This record gives sequence, C-alpha cells and structure tokens, in this order.
Amino acid sequence: MLYSQGEMLEKILLLFCLSSALAENLCRPDASNGYKVRLSIKRALGDEAYVWNQDEMFLFRATLAFAMRNHLSGQDFQVSNILVCDETPRVSFWFIVTSPLDATRPVGKEDVEEAIRKSRSRINSAFLLTDQTLEFIGIIPTLAAPVSPDTPPWLIVFGVVMGSVGAGIIVLLVYPVVHKRLKKDEEEEELEEEEGEEETRRVKTMENGAAGDGAHNLSFTDDERFTQM
Amino acid sequence: MRLVLPNPGLDERILSYEDLERMEKEEAGDRPKWDNKAQYILTCVGFCIGIGNVWRFPYLCQSHGGGAFLIPYLILLVLEGLPLLLLEFAIGQRLRNGSVGVWRAIHPYLTGIGIASMLVSLLIGLYYNTLIAWIMWYLFNSFQSPLPWAQCPLNENATEFVSECQRSSTVDYYYYRVTLNSTASIEDSGGIHWPVVVCLLAAWTVIFICYIRGISTSGKAVYVTAILPYIVLAIFLIRGLTLKGAMSGIKFLFTPDVDELMNPTTWLDAGAQVFYAFSLAWGGLISFSSYNPVHNNCVQDAVILSAITGLTSIYAATVTYTIIGFRATEKYDDCMSDNIMTLLNAFGLPEDSINTSNFEAAYKYLYTIYPDIVPGLDIKNCDMQKLLSEGVEGTGLAFIVFTEAITKMPGSPAWSILFFIMLCCLGISTLFGNIEGVVVPLKDLNILPRKWPQEAVTGVTCLVGFIISLLFAQRSGIYWVTLFDNFAGSVPLLTIGLFEMIAVVYIYGIDRFNKDLEFMVGKKPCIFWQISWMFISPVIVLVILIFYLVTQAQKELTYLVWDPNSESFPTMASVPYPSWINAVIFLLAGIPSLAVPLYALCRLVYVCCKKKRKSSEETSHIFD
Repeated sequence: MLYSQGEMLEKILLLFCLSSALAENLCRPDASNGYKVRLSIKRALGDEAYVWNQDEMFLFRATLAFAMRNHLSGQDFQVSNILVCDETPRVSFWFIVTSPLDATRPVGKEDVEEAIRKSRSRINSAFLLTDQTLEFIGIIPTLAAPVSPDTPPWLIVFGVVMGSVGAGIIVLLVYPVVHKRLKKDEEEEELEEEEGEEETRRVKTMENGAAGDGAHNLSFTDDERFTQM
Repeated sequence: MRLVLPNPGLDERILSYEDLERMEKEEAGDRPKWDNKAQYILTCVGFCIGIGNVWRFPYLCQSHGGGAFLIPYLILLVLEGLPLLLLEFAIGQRLRNGSVGVWRAIHPYLTGIGIASMLVSLLIGLYYNTLIAWIMWYLFNSFQSPLPWAQCPLNENATEFVSECQRSSTVDYYYYRVTLNSTASIEDSGGIHWPVVVCLLAAWTVIFICYIRGISTSGKAVYVTAILPYIVLAIFLIRGLTLKGAMSGIKFLFTPDVDELMNPTTWLDAGAQVFYAFSLAWGGLISFSSYNPVHNNCVQDAVILSAITGLTSIYAATVTYTIIGFRATEKYDDCMSDNIMTLLNAFGLPEDSINTSNFEAAYKYLYTIYPDIVPGLDIKNCDMQKLLSEGVEGTGLAFIVFTEAITKMPGSPAWSILFFIMLCCLGISTLFGNIEGVVVPLKDLNILPRKWPQEAVTGVTCLVGFIISLLFAQRSGIYWVTLFDNFAGSVPLLTIGLFEMIAVVYIYGIDRFNKDLEFMVGKKPCIFWQISWMFISPVIVLVILIFYLVTQAQKELTYLVWDPNSESFPTMASVPYPSWINAVIFLLAGIPSLAVPLYALCRLVYVCCKKKRKSSEETSHIFD
C-alpha cells in the first residue's frame, strides 16, 4: 500500500510536471494557436498612463476569459485557461487559450479571433485603449465606415448658391424692364394730364376747332409737305 | 527725330485733344465709366492678383534660391512689368477703346494684336474657369465635419480601405479619383464626369451674374472679390504663425541661395512670372483704363499697382509657406514616430526608451548589436527638406498639400471654407478682366452685334464658354488644363507684349505718346520710361521669348499622369504626349502668336484685290 501511495504520488507529480511543462510548451512565441499582443499605453494616455504590472496582466487574462465565454457560450473559461508568455518591457506578450474541458488542448485560432473581434470594444475600454494602441497582431480591427449623410452636403450648398445667383439674375434682368414700364406709365399719366389741360384750353378756344386739332397735328402736316419731295 | 514708321491717316482714326476735352466736359459718349477711382484700382488689383500669386510665385521663390529670388523678381518688375503696364494704361486711356479698337486706331494692319489678345484671353479664361469650378467643388464639400478628404472609403468587403487610397493618401485619392476621376492618359477621354459639369455651370453662372451689365456690376462685385482675399490671408497668417513648424517653412522659403542668381533659368522664370503676374497682353487692362476720365494720372496708377502686386506676392508666399512648414513638420513627426515604433516593436523595448532626440544613437547602438535584423526593418528616411519641397506648385499645392494641412488643424471645416472662398475670389476677380478682354473685342469686331444689350452679350459669351469648357469636364480634363496652362498662357503673351511695345513706340510714335501723356497727366514721362519703352523692355521680352522657344524645342514633350497601375505610383508618372498633341499645341500657342502677321497679310491681300477690282471697274466705267 505504501509503495502504491508513493508510486501514486510520483505519478501525480510526474503528470503535474508534464502538464505544466506541456502548458509551457503550449505558450511560446510563434505558437500556431497563439496571438501576440502589443500595448502602447504611454502613447495612448500620455501623462495618465498606468504602470503595467501583474495585476494588469490578471485583468487582461480575465477580460480574455470573458471574451471566450461570450463567444463560446456554455464553456466556462477561467483565468487559468489563458496562458501568457514572452513578456517584454515594450509591453508585448504572447497568449494562448486552452479549453476549460482539457487544459492541454488549445482552442482553435479562428475561435479565439472571433471571440476577440466580438468583444474588441469591451477589451479596449477595460484598458482605456483603442484598436491602434492595443494591438492583436494578426487580427485586423474592423474599420469604422466613413460617415456619409443621406443628402450630400455639397448638393445643399450648391443648391443655395445657384438658387441665390439665379434669383439675382432674374431680378437684374427683370428690374429694368419693370422700371421702364413704370416710368412709361408715369409719363403717360403726365401726358394725359397735360392733354387734359390742353383740352380745357381748347374747349375755351373751340371756335378754332380745326385749328385746335391742327395744333396737335401741325407737325404731321409739316412732314407731309416735306416728304412729298 | 526718333525712328518712326510712316503712319498716314492716324489723326483721322483717333480723337484729337480738343475732342477729348469736349467729351470730358459734356460727359458725352455712351462709353461706360467707373463710379469712382477705388473701383478702378480694385478691379485692376483683382485682375492682377490671381490664383497664380498663391500657388506659382511661392514655388518659384523657393526653388530658385529663396530670398535671393526676390532680387531678379523686383528688378524685372521695374524694368519689364512697370513700363508695359503704363503703356497699356496710357494707350487705353488716350484712345478710349478696347484692345481691338486701340490697335485698329493706331494702324488698321495691327488689328491682329487685338485679335491675338482676344484669343489668348478666351483660351486662358476657359481653363481658368475650370480651376475655379474645382475650387468651388472643394468649397461646397467643406461644409461638413469630418472633411471628406480626411478619410478613405472602405472597399467592398469593408475589411480595409480602397487600394488606390491605401497606397497614396486620402487627399490624393479625393482629388484624382473622387473630384476628377482622372484617366491614365490624355488620349483616354473616359467620358464626362458630372460633378465637374455641375461646378462648371456654377462657375460660369457666377461670372455671368457678376459681369451681367459689364463694369457697372463687376465694379461692385470687386469690392468683395478683391478685398476678401487680403482679409483671409491675414487670418491665415495669424493662424499659420501659431502652428508648429511654421518658422521652418518661412526659413525654407526665404533662405537665400545667391548661387542661383548665376543660373539663367532663374532670371527667365522671374521675367515670365512678372509678365503673367501683371496680366499683360490680355487686353483687359487696356479696356479698363479706357473707362477712366482723360486726365486720370495713369503713371501713378501703374506704380501703385506694381507695388501692390509685388508686395502681395511676397505676402501670399509667406502665408503659404507657414502652412507648408506646418504640414512638413507634422509629416516629419509622423515619420519619426513610425520609425521609433518599428524599433521598439522589433526589440520589445519600453515605450519611453527612444525618442526623436536619441533615435540616431539608439539606431546605431542596435545596429552594432543586431547587424542582421536592423537593416531588414522598414526604417524610412525622414527628410524634412524633401517634405518641404513636395508638391508645392499649382493645383498640387491647393488641392493636396493645403487640404492635407487643413485636416490637421483644429476646426478644419472653417479653415477649408475660408481658404477656398479666398481662392474663388482671387480667380473670379481675374476672370472679370478676362471676360472684358473677350467681350469688348467681340463687339468691336462686330462678331456680336453692337445693338445687343450687354446682358445678351455676356450671356452668349458665358454660354459658349461653358460649352467649350466641357472639354475639361472629361475624365482626362486635368491633363488638358495643364496643356492649356503650359502653352496658351506662355508664348502667345510674350509675342503679343513684344508687338504691343513695337507698335506703340515705332508705329504710333514715341514722341506722340509722350505728348499724349503730357496732355493727360500734365508731365512728360521721364527718361526712365523712354529708355525702357524703346530698348530695355522689348529686349528683355525678346530674350525671354527666344530662350523659352529654344528650351521648349529641345525638350521632349512629356506630362505627368496619375496612373494607379504604374510602377512609380503614388508619384505621378512622366509619359510622353501623343503625336497629335503637336497640332493642339500649334492651335493654342501658334495661332494667337501668328495672328498679328496673318491678319496683316490677309488685309494686304484684301486691299490689293479691292484696289484691282476698283481700278478695273473705273476703267470699264470710262469705256461705258
């Protein structure tokens, strides 16, 4: 019995060593199922940058576990399923995700990528960073589509400009015609007033009826005389 | 007795002094008049100060020795620009006619000069209005935030940006693809690009309304179009000086390189720039000064205008280079931080370890430790001088460099609107002179009936101009604009200027001209004017013309194209012109230049034929 216990202990120890060794082997740079992460905290936050330490790393692993849970619902990812290695002072490291059911089996690259894409904004905001300052090398951030309003603004401005210019042209073309007509009306009114005065004068001198008419038509009769030549 | 060609009948063709005095007193004649002197000066200033002052002079200044370029520029301004300017002012004011009328009065055989001026004004007006149409497009599109040229569109999968935009830049893509949709060569017409058509319509309509009643409407419009650019330039100067890197731009502009003065092209470019800056030989200045009262002091006007033009060129150059310096500094900083990031990422170093000041040292240190890795990294060469001299001429300056700089300034839509309104005003005020130089000769030559009201004349001209300028609305339009700019606006102007001086000095007679100036201004022009008119200015123009023709004939005709498929993309590729371009160049440059001798020849033939016919008629009459 003692021997079997010792053997059991040895076996357990061996398994433990193997698994941790395997775990370490799972996470390495250029791992086939792993991704490299790079954070540029100082570039993003400047003076308010926080120091990257193991607590922050814990937060990262927890956030990533959240992302995996979010994507593969049902599977209970733990912080221990996120293995991290090759940390540099740059603040970059490699990580690999292992399945909660079998700690030796890594989760496929596509699933990890999908999970990260889905929860990218949550991961970014946990660290007060953006797509450009929290980089997952190999996962291209989905680009924000350029803002395009329904009516192009330039059409509106063009409409305003052309409308005012067109109105201006119409005013400038029509105004002198209207002005002339108004003036003509005024002149006709004045002429009628004068004629009216003349008529009252003519009535007084009606004995020379024909001459009165002739006073108006004199110019015409003169012309007739001249043009006969 | 100076050398003057015999010119019989001159006194019958021009108004005598007594007639002029009488007309002045009675205010007779149906010729339009300026409301006041300010309108006249502002119109001339607006005509002379154009888009070229913003985007051609600063480039010339910087590429020909910076501050040292001012020396040949100012010398030639005084020796070449000023005399020709006074000549055009005085002859217009004395003979009280547009360009065709003036030269026809001096001698009927010289009408060709007026016709040449009209053709040149027409050709330049066509492509100049296209530039204004492009400016209007950018102006209309500035009323949004973010500006449309600050972002690339996504491709169909929405995974990344459109490849053409990705490889070049957002501003390049917006100009060449969205605005112009340019093809890869001038032969490939590509069809009409309708945004440009819409903007051309807007541009021609604005010109129409401003010039609808001739100078009585355009004279009011210049209060805005001539003064607004100065205000906007002042605003940009203040803003520009507060931007980071502005001083490096100004230093780059004005750093004198005295060796450049030995280079003959510097003097040639300075002479050509003075010529174009004053809008000489377009015919518009003659027209404008013919609306002046007879005793207006045109000598003073010429000096004032020259001073204003020279100072404005320098002022605009300063403002331009503060913005260019800012943009170059931004790009340099971006380039350096990219390089720093590359190094940090490759070796996993902490973020603060490398900055701009210790980059060189860090690079060398890392190179010694990892000599095999470091060269493989994509470390770009950040060259401040190269960035400062990038694309700083012509349309490239306004639509690429400046628009990029504006996107980096806080409150970009406002700056963009201001900038493009300024360019619009500069262009429109130049076009007033242009259209004057086209419409008045058309009336003088009876191509447009004199009975028509001014509105109809302007309307027809603008309509025809719009239809012809649809040539530039094609997708290859930008190459046509460059072609017109290079050939219609260069040789013909120089030849016309030369003919003008010869005509006034040797055919009209310098003595008579001096007496006219004495009558109009009260003082005979001093010896400086005499010598410049008789020898200095014609010689300078002739030298520039000959050198220009010689250098052009030797060069192979090439042009720059925007070709996404070329190897040098995003730099524009240099491609030779097709062979049929030579015919177009002859039409653009040759016909206006040769209009003078051609017209004289045609008239000679016509007169001879008429004489022969008349003498044969008379002889047959005798025998009847």
